[in-house]
Amino acid sequence: MSALTKAQMADRLFEELGLNKREAKEIVELFFEEVRAALERGDQVKLSGFGNFDLREKGERPGRNPKTGEEIPITARRVVTFRPGQKLKTRVEAYAGPRPE
Amino acid sequence: MTKSELIERIAARQAQLLAKDVELAVKTIMEHMSQTLAQGSRIEIRGFGSFSLHYRAPRIGRNPKTGESVGLAGKYVPHFKPGKDLRDRVNGAATDAAHHDGAQDR
Repeated sequence: MSALTKAQMADRLFEELGLNKREAKEIVELFFEEVRAALERGDQVKLSGFGNFDLREKGERPGRNPKTGEEIPITARRVVTFRPGQKLKTRVEAYAGPRPE
Repeated sequence: MTKSELIERIAARQAQLLAKDVELAVKTIMEHMSQTLAQGSRIEIRGFGSFSLHYRAPRIGRNPKTGESVGLAGKYVPHFKPGKDLRDRVNGAATDAAHHDGAQDR
């Protein structure tokens, strides 16, 4: 089965909720844009039933250019991590189909 | 930001839709995503990131109360990989903040 994209999410809003196609597309767009904007502000995002998007501060650490072998430090940065909620974990754990790619 | 705050923010930018419709839309999107992962499929959102399943091999666990060994079956766990745009925007904000109040560890 192919990956779920924004277009398919918009189609479902059109089919199930009767939103018009433009509204459906805009809402899907805004959904991801608002989550991104919150994380950019440094705000954790908690979507109960799905999971939390957390922010972590990573200190500088030594790195290496894999091509040249040269040592270059990896600068300190802020990264996003996703912690699935219990409900999503339970649903996914039950997956017993063919090994996903 | 919680789910209800997300709904409010989207509703504020979608004047022609009722808050109730936005709420239903947000819940439908989340359910669609959960369903997709529960079926073993991926989610790919350009500029945001992708969700996939990672396999956890079977292992021997221990009951912390009795110390008894229990065999735990292999399972799948949801995994999120942030996309470049999200990574850059989150990290850009961090770099700016670091100039103001120093890098903080959490």
